[in-house]
Amino acid sequence: MNRFWGRFSKNKSAVFGLIILFLVILMAVIANWIYPDDPFRLAGKPMSSPGTNGFLLGSDTLGRDVAAGIAHGAKTSILIGLLATIAAVFIGIIFGALAGYYGGVIDDALMRVTEIFQTIPSFVFAILLVAIMKPSIESIVIAITVVSWPAVARLVRGEFMSLKNREFVQACHTLGMNDSRIMMREILPNCLSPVIVIGSLMVATAILIESGLAFLGLGDPNIMSWGFQIGAGRTMLRSAWWVCTFPGIAILITVLAINLVGEGLNDAFNPRLRERN
Amino acid sequence: MPKGSEREFAVQKLDLDLLSGETLCIVGESGSGKSLTARSVMGLLPAPHVCVDRGSIDFLGEEITSINDERLRDIRGNEISMIFQEPMTALNPVMTIGKQIDEIFRYHSKMSPKERVGKATQLLNDVHLPDPSRILSAYPHELSGGQRQRSMIAMALAMDPKILIADEPTTALDVTTQAQILKLIKEMQDVHNTGVLFITHDFGVVADIADRVAVMQQGEVVESGKVTDVLNSPNHPYTQSLIAAIPKLKPRDSRISSDKMVMEAKNINKSFAGGRSFFGFGKSSNPVTAVQQVSFNLRSGETLGIVGESGSGKSTLARCVTRLIESDSGQIFLDGVDLMQLNRNSMRLYRSKIQMVFQDPFASLNPRIKVGDIIAQGPLIQGMSKVEAESLAKELISVVGLDEKAYERFPHEFSGGQRQRIGIARSLAVKPEILIADEPVSALDVSIQAQILELLDQIRDQMNLAMIFITHDLRVAAQVCDRVAVMRQGEVVETGSTSELFSSPKHDYTQALLAAVPGKTWQEGILAN
Repeated sequence: MNRFWGRFSKNKSAVFGLIILFLVILMAVIANWIYPDDPFRLAGKPMSSPGTNGFLLGSDTLGRDVAAGIAHGAKTSILIGLLATIAAVFIGIIFGALAGYYGGVIDDALMRVTEIFQTIPSFVFAILLVAIMKPSIESIVIAITVVSWPAVARLVRGEFMSLKNREFVQACHTLGMNDSRIMMREILPNCLSPVIVIGSLMVATAILIESGLAFLGLGDPNIMSWGFQIGAGRTMLRSAWWVCTFPGIAILITVLAINLVGEGLNDAFNPRLRERN
Repeated sequence: MPKGSEREFAVQKLDLDLLSGETLCIVGESGSGKSLTARSVMGLLPAPHVCVDRGSIDFLGEEITSINDERLRDIRGNEISMIFQEPMTALNPVMTIGKQIDEIFRYHSKMSPKERVGKATQLLNDVHLPDPSRILSAYPHELSGGQRQRSMIAMALAMDPKILIADEPTTALDVTTQAQILKLIKEMQDVHNTGVLFITHDFGVVADIADRVAVMQQGEVVESGKVTDVLNSPNHPYTQSLIAAIPKLKPRDSRISSDKMVMEAKNINKSFAGGRSFFGFGKSSNPVTAVQQVSFNLRSGETLGIVGESGSGKSTLARCVTRLIESDSGQIFLDGVDLMQLNRNSMRLYRSKIQMVFQDPFASLNPRIKVGDIIAQGPLIQGMSKVEAESLAKELISVVGLDEKAYERFPHEFSGGQRQRIGIARSLAVKPEILIADEPVSALDVSIQAQILELLDQIRDQMNLAMIFITHDLRVAAQVCDRVAVMRQGEVVETGSTSELFSSPKHDYTQALLAAVPGKTWQEGILAN
């Protein structure tokens, strides 16, 4: 673990990303304390510029506090990003593991299913799914999960295909170990590092998809979100630039931070790859 | 060497000289610095991690360590050339052999395109490749290992170099091919009067090809001299121990084994499917036959050797017997039960009776699991209690000659030989009746090899195991096996007791294999005295 941290911290931008990410999570955690009121509440004079009328980052057309929205939106983004990624990784591992381990007809069947999901552009597919179900946190998480698991499945399948023929797996067969134990105990731990890397990057993608959906008005109407804020301020971009700009910066910084951390994890898991460059 | 390496210098205080028309062998175990020595001559050190710290390399009066890159390029391939261990990776896979030879002429000479093709054909002819025009337009993957190495030699000799550096050029090849390539190198050397710097770990090869030999240990030359002097009366203790560790081509005396049959295999067949149709459905085309009508029997307490070259189907046979892969037809009787008839679940009960020791000590242990748990896994599956399994694992760790502390460590903390011991302990933990060893020592240095063979022998006697020992090396087979079956292209061509088979081989192929064993003449000389 110490060596892992040592390799990770060698990548300065990854450490920087981790700090930013930590601050964003901190903001999400303490949102209820610093802005105890509902972020949808009309808090004061509409269209106040940043720093006036007691608004740190200004207010929007209805007088809602932009800063409060960003703090509460962080909760939404992190929550959806994590939930959708965990679900997608879970499904992806099951599909990929079964397909890669058993091969043959099972592999063909599972991979054709995966390909069906991959042929549809993921954002359009997510819009379609949310539009069919009612827009809510659950439906958004489901939509993002459905569009992002195939990448994990493909990755895990490849890893399983190469690992299942390794001699240590064959040795387990000769010991009479059953298939599920071989998959879970022997093979899976050996292919977790790329899964963790791709998972961390998927959190960033999930946050982007969620913001996009909310921007289009397909977010959960009861929950504040960065995408919703941008969508709400879009029409006044010239007269009240702050309504769109600050949530936009929040998305940019968070996604960038997660990508940097993902990159750092990649370096830490595959130290040799980096040296070659 | 980079900081944090196990020693400060890869190679130290090394003095060598090479005369034209002479073969100098550098011999040593892995990590002795023999390859880096060769690479430094070619200016191919992995800079900036490794570079020449001090010293000089004098090539016909020119100092190689300090010349500029342009001159170095000029020398490479032109005056000094090199052939590598693995011809498949040394050749460019997306260029035809003809193009790759042509490149050398384009860089180093001013011949016209027509002359170049003529010269290339001539070269391939010289290295005895059949149908040179076909080979010129072939890609590396379309050739066999031996043909690829011949092409490499043709390329290396294209510009008539003064020095040819050969870095383990026959290690990846079969014995019969190896013998041919060694003969070819000798022949080419006589024609071109080239100085050959030949790197190898195999004293048999040294005996066959060298004029002089230098023995390296941990980056230093510990002994050098005329080949006959060093091989027959080594002075340095390290050389003595290396030569003593070489498996002798002398069949062991057959032990008296009981008549109790533990395993009987009848008419095993296995073929692998070729490519499938576009959509992945339907029947496969071009099946490859890997094992054909193989039958054998195994008595308790006996070691049966299965000997053959790569692709002869010996590993496939082992995996059919353990049912790691399903054979197409045939019967395998163990204690009167036909294993082939069992389904996956009932097979599980018989799994532990047949255990395997694998070839690659680095791939055969799960890197994420502690050694103790790796060994205890088998008994736990069989329903042994955790405490018992742990104490058994500890006991086995000491049986295979490892330190007790190994229990808590991970596989990557061990050397190849130690890992192989762990693998053996794992297979013994389930108290098997039959141990199948698939090339268990071919990835190990010769001194480690001897230790592992001794361990296997000792365990076999202690536990009264029957063993199937798969190897490509007849010298190893002679040392450990009571009976030997020779395989070729999926078929067993000859079976017999080790002493009979070695003294009077009946099949042509067995004779050819025996004749190709490196260092045969030398060893026979020693044995005669």
